[in-house]
Amino acid sequence: MQWVNDIIQGILTGGLYALFACGLSLLFGVMKVINLAHGDLAVIGGYVALGVIAVTHVPVLWSFLIVVPIMAVLGYALQRTVIQAALNRSILTTLIVTFGLSVVIENGLLQFASANSHSLGVNNSIITSSFSIGSQIQVAYLLLLILAVAVVVILGLQYFLSASRYGRLIRAVADDQEAAQMSGVDYRHVFGIAAAIAFGTVALAGIASGLTSQFSPTTGTDTILLFAFAAVVIGGIGSLWGTLLGGIVLGVAQQIGSQINSSDGFLAGYIVFLVVLILRPQGLTGRRAQS
Amino acid sequence: MNGFSPSAPDEREGNGNPLLEIHDLTVHHGQLRALDHISLRVFPGEVYAIIGANGAGKSTLLRTIAGLHRPTEGTILFDGKNMTRVRPERRATQGIVMVPEGRRLFGSLTVEENLQVGATYARKGPWTIERVYELFGWMKDRRSQRSSQLSGGEQQSVAIGRALVANPRVLLLDELSLGLAPVIVQRIYAMLPQILATGLTVLLVEQDVSQVLRVASHIQCLLEGRTTLEGKPEDVTPQQVEAAYFGLGPAASDGSGGSSGSAASDGSGGSDGSDGSGGPGPLGPPGGYGGAGSPPVRGVGLGGVAPSEGEQLCNGSTTSSRGS
Repeated sequence: MQWVNDIIQGILTGGLYALFACGLSLLFGVMKVINLAHGDLAVIGGYVALGVIAVTHVPVLWSFLIVVPIMAVLGYALQRTVIQAALNRSILTTLIVTFGLSVVIENGLLQFASANSHSLGVNNSIITSSFSIGSQIQVAYLLLLILAVAVVVILGLQYFLSASRYGRLIRAVADDQEAAQMSGVDYRHVFGIAAAIAFGTVALAGIASGLTSQFSPTTGTDTILLFAFAAVVIGGIGSLWGTLLGGIVLGVAQQIGSQINSSDGFLAGYIVFLVVLILRPQGLTGRRAQS
Repeated sequence: MNGFSPSAPDEREGNGNPLLEIHDLTVHHGQLRALDHISLRVFPGEVYAIIGANGAGKSTLLRTIAGLHRPTEGTILFDGKNMTRVRPERRATQGIVMVPEGRRLFGSLTVEENLQVGATYARKGPWTIERVYELFGWMKDRRSQRSSQLSGGEQQSVAIGRALVANPRVLLLDELSLGLAPVIVQRIYAMLPQILATGLTVLLVEQDVSQVLRVASHIQCLLEGRTTLEGKPEDVTPQQVEAAYFGLGPAASDGSGGSSGSAASDGSGGSDGSDGSGGPGPLGPPGGYGGAGSPPVRGVGLGGVAPSEGEQLCNGSTTSSRGS
């Protein structure tokens, strides 16, 4: 029964990890940018949420309505300036630039927001409570909600990419930028749109992280980026459903690991990550790379 | 040595102002000078063909016109407007649309999605996705198929369709025949009259000379980034084309001594002389090129060896050329 509980808790945490990961996956899928500042941007999302709540007194759970657009605009702006400038030079430059961005954000936050931890407290008693299945399994409503949000986000992204005009342009640009230009498509604008969407999901990740635990300026690189990476790699790079699967596998591995030894949760997650990298480098859902 | 100015200011002037005008275009790939002061004028309704061997700079010229390469010198005028520094996607939306070499379809998109992307920022005009489906009968039934699953010829058709739905004023066709069976190439070129009937202008680049002579109304031959021959297909002899294509000095002068002197081949002779000193080295003898066995120009090559075939080729070009 304990194992069943571990798996259920792992799946629930997996939703959070998938939310962490899908923006990373989207940016990589569209423009091959590995955004090393991804976690720090999520943390910024958390701080923006704090600020928004303090100023507008909007309920915590609804703060995303303001935070997501703010982060989306930030995403578009960053893409069209810093990231595009790096892309124009080479893909490797984007690694260095986003790494630099990560360092700048982290230290900027330390400077202006102190090293203290923050969390986004929810007063809603239903959300903070849980229900039980049998005697040993407790399901927290909050984690269930986050899992549901992750599924909705992925469904929405999938639909957007496959059925909308901009989704089609994003896929076209991901296939061949030059050919897209020949059809009159300004790929830089399309990249900007993709970044805006990715940053919107990053905002959700930041809020979710503030709801489930605490965040501080270093949380971005310490946990969010690492878990997002692990989820993306386990699931298969560039695949959104793979990202959800990867998040869940990571979550379950961590739960089972900490069941075996309470301090080995993270270790177990990374072992699974390494095993997948060795045995199935394209990820669980990934297609083999075409030469 | 500088600028090949189109000689014999031709009867094309009667067609009004040129739609596309290139002045002294020079393009470098790093240290290499890929285009050396190329000029050309394309008039509305023409099928203007650039021919030349591998590495002559044909594709570079087309890609520069499309905006994918930055010229080091020279100007590109489109409908009188200077496009030299305009971004490629802006050129496309203003009517310069290219079918790139190697098709370059969006492989993960379906046939229809490829066309939809092409139509996203389209100018107003006669071409719609429906019309493309009419032009290529098979396409509608397979519109939901991924474009990467199509055969080469089918992909080329989709690439043409994707360009057409943007309603170009000038359509740039880069090596349509590349990697396709001759039958397929003929079938695709057979579509050209239907495309031209909608009032657009075509600037194409092709290695397959025999194909070009059949469809073009004006040809220009490049060799190592320079113009070696220019004129109407019916005014040039296969020998001249062969000489200009391979850069055979003596043959070129033979050609210019021939009957149709209006085709400018004196330029090739002059530039060849200076080329020997500054260029990468003298060109190999004709036998060497024959040994390389480049099939696309076999027709022209035979023109020299077996007059009957060459004649046939020439006649074909004269009868089917859109001279008027």
